[in-house]
Amino acid sequence: MKYAVIRFPGSNCDWDMFYVLRDQLHVEPIFVDYRETELPEDVAAVLVPGGFSYGDYLRSGAIARFAPIMTDVKRFAGEGKPVLGICNGFQILTEARLLPGGLRKNQHLEFVCQQQELFVQNNQTAFSNQFEQGEKVMIPVAHGDGNYYCDESTLQQLKDNHQIVLTYSENPNGSIDDIAGIVNEQGNVMGMMPHPERASEDILGGTDGLRLFQSFVENQQLQK
Amino acid sequence: MIELQPREIEAQKLYEQWGLSEAEFDKVQELLGRLPNFTETGLFAAMWSEHCAYKNSKPLLKQFPTTGKNILQGPGEGAGIIDIGDGQAVVFKAESHNHPTAVEPYQGAATGVGGIIRDIFSMGARPIAMLDSLHFGSLDDAHTKYLIDQTVAGIGDYGNCIGIPTVGGEMTFEDVYQGNPLMNGMCVGLLDSVQQQKGAAAGAGNLIFYVGAKTGRDGIQGAIFASAEFNDEQESQRSAVQVGDPFAEKMVMEACLDLIENHADILVGIQDMGAAGLVSSSAEMGAKAGFGMDLNLDLVPQREDGMIPYELMLSESQERMLLCIKKGYAAEVIDLFNQYETEAVEIGTVRDDQQYILHQHGEVVADVDVKALVDEAPVYRKPSARPARLDQPSAGFEPDASKLADTLMSVLQQPAIASKESVYRRYDSQVQTNTIVLPGSDAAVIRVRGTNKALAMTTDANPRYLFLDPHQGGQIAVAEAARNIVASGGVPLGITDCLNFGSPEDPEVYYELEQATKGMSEACRQFETPVISGNVSLYNEFNGEAIYPTPMVGMVGLIESLDYVTTQSFKNSGDLLYVVGETKADFNGTEIQKMQTGQIEGQLFDFDLATEAANQQLVQQAIRTGLVNSVHDISEGGLAVAVAESTFDNEIGAQLNVDMPASWLFSETQSRFVVSVPATHQAAFEELTGAQAIGQTGGDQLTITTNDFDMNLDVKTAKKAWKEALAWQMK
Repeated sequence: MKYAVIRFPGSNCDWDMFYVLRDQLHVEPIFVDYRETELPEDVAAVLVPGGFSYGDYLRSGAIARFAPIMTDVKRFAGEGKPVLGICNGFQILTEARLLPGGLRKNQHLEFVCQQQELFVQNNQTAFSNQFEQGEKVMIPVAHGDGNYYCDESTLQQLKDNHQIVLTYSENPNGSIDDIAGIVNEQGNVMGMMPHPERASEDILGGTDGLRLFQSFVENQQLQK
Repeated sequence: MIELQPREIEAQKLYEQWGLSEAEFDKVQELLGRLPNFTETGLFAAMWSEHCAYKNSKPLLKQFPTTGKNILQGPGEGAGIIDIGDGQAVVFKAESHNHPTAVEPYQGAATGVGGIIRDIFSMGARPIAMLDSLHFGSLDDAHTKYLIDQTVAGIGDYGNCIGIPTVGGEMTFEDVYQGNPLMNGMCVGLLDSVQQQKGAAAGAGNLIFYVGAKTGRDGIQGAIFASAEFNDEQESQRSAVQVGDPFAEKMVMEACLDLIENHADILVGIQDMGAAGLVSSSAEMGAKAGFGMDLNLDLVPQREDGMIPYELMLSESQERMLLCIKKGYAAEVIDLFNQYETEAVEIGTVRDDQQYILHQHGEVVADVDVKALVDEAPVYRKPSARPARLDQPSAGFEPDASKLADTLMSVLQQPAIASKESVYRRYDSQVQTNTIVLPGSDAAVIRVRGTNKALAMTTDANPRYLFLDPHQGGQIAVAEAARNIVASGGVPLGITDCLNFGSPEDPEVYYELEQATKGMSEACRQFETPVISGNVSLYNEFNGEAIYPTPMVGMVGLIESLDYVTTQSFKNSGDLLYVVGETKADFNGTEIQKMQTGQIEGQLFDFDLATEAANQQLVQQAIRTGLVNSVHDISEGGLAVAVAESTFDNEIGAQLNVDMPASWLFSETQSRFVVSVPATHQAAFEELTGAQAIGQTGGDQLTITTNDFDMNLDVKTAKKAWKEALAWQMK
């Protein structure tokens, strides 16, 4: 099985994701160009990497959602298979309506890149089952538009369905309820602003991010 | 813009407005055998500007050592290249973007970053890191705060978007930079040496391709603008600033790297369209190979109507590259760039002679010898005069350290000393997932993926030292960079520089340039770090007042094993503390002098290159034999600041007992390191260095006992003050 990393023009964490999959998780990553109309057949999971797709012009993720490959990504997600969007990937998944809500400019209006302490709010998802419930983990952030927002009723739904997976212990961007990462109602699509691929090797300062990937990679291997 | 006739240009001396002197205009006439037309006058004015021709600095740059056993490419190409073994090489260069940043800080800084990145990938190297060196006025000025905020935003937005981590830099604050701030950017790239590219256009009939963004009227005369002094009318020069588009550059970069990596057989040469845009890139490519070219300006992609040849040739629109492609392969290049949603247009061909000929609307609009344009610029050795201040230094300064803890707390909150976290957290320092030592250290460290090696990199300049002594200050700039590399576990490989000075027409400024470059050259020989690339930025003056002499040194070092990577933070309680190097009463030009007197004055302390090299060797050996847990360069603010900074990361305190007056804790004697050593290695370390322990790590307090005054500071309190000071002063 392959792990598809979608590349949009302006994606810049595509290789970072590729290396973690290949060198740390020892699975087979494959790049899928945004102009493709179909994912390869034997794909275990789709990863939408960080970066500045289409320069983030207009609005982060707003143009990428129209890329040809997104139709098949939606089909893949609809079949209950795992899709993970990180940073710009999260923005794209909300713009594509695979996840509720949206991401606005950081409240203080500045880009922020730093180590970030997160709380695991739900360890019962395909993306968080290697964590302890309530565990504190360190995963860095790097974004200008990470301020997650949704309306009251959506927020209530997120809470009722336990869709909030990660929250910030000190909110770096003003997101509602300190939200850092959520899953869709079915639990197979996740979006998060922090970069787990930057916390997957000791030499880079920690491996809490690696456990996030291990969650769905091991899940996948169990299903075989 | 009205195109004057040749006779009118001569009579009205239009060329003077463009920075050509009468003698230079006469030389152009002589070379052409006739009067130049409007376009040709513009071409010569740009190509013979200081920014493109280094006409005032060339004789001084010749002092620099530029070769060495691992040097694959010295100055003269887009960037220099140094072999790092295993078939790989590191490529780096620094460039200034001072004048644009002064006028329009966001775009000025952003396009400075964009330009230096193009220099790196034009060599076939993938950019792996950005650094900067920023010098501003004092923080009590609202406009300065605006300049800082926008400059930082511009650097961050460009690098963040294109996906190159900004990993290091420096920032100083001094009144002399208020009207003329400095923005220097450095880019580091990695390449497989086989892919090395040259910016040359050879072979009659080969094709000249224009790739990237369209040409507009932005940045026209940028190079000329950079070669003149500033005054209060600067606002009118805003049109000389370019506008950046990092997304476009990302696409151009990926396309160019694909071309170089996978289609090397059809690529003859590649060059960035930087200062003086299309004319400098094309003329330099031709002259380097000894070939002229025909360019059809009607084919140049344009985003504005009615551009005249002068505007097309001198526009500094961003994100453009010029390629020389083997004839017959046009379709292949166009297809490849289309893959990256980027335009590639054939605009001309290489000639079999040396004439550089421009065509527009079916007419020849310029016809000059390419060598005249590129290689015949006059070179000046300007009159030089030793500034009076150097011979009449005021009396020496003695700091007051009677309230030692208060003094240290104040020093830690000086903007030059305080944490720059509020700045560098706006830069993505981790993209590409290779940054193993993040900003805030002596040097940033980037691992070379797939090997056990890493690269250490730093930018350094201490303009205060240069102001008091340009010669020794020049030596120290290189020495401090080397010290930072060594403290991080590396071996210095080479340097790039940005020589930021005032007007060379002022003999005292020219003296500073002469002395600083002499000092830098001596230091480069001492540390075996050749100058492989660089840039010169003169005329940094505002209303007649020159900046401090500010040669920025950008140094890269090789860390031969990841085991050698060392940081400044204390790691364990109970480690022994040492200072490698002797401390003296060296206070002129220091942070504490500025803080306590508001002045930088007196004679600079002595500095000895041999001592510096010897101390660096000791620390290098101690790191390689695994004797140390932390190493920190002692620089601005002295020993007290270096120790305090070492306590902050892990919040591990220290107890020191030093045999010196308290004021000496703020001395900035060079060639020193503060080192923590596990007790088990005490004997081995002392045998190697001859140093005596001055204390140990542990607890949550920083306690210092001296010959006269003592102090005790809570580490967390000190850290908070140090960490938040800059952000507070920016409010």
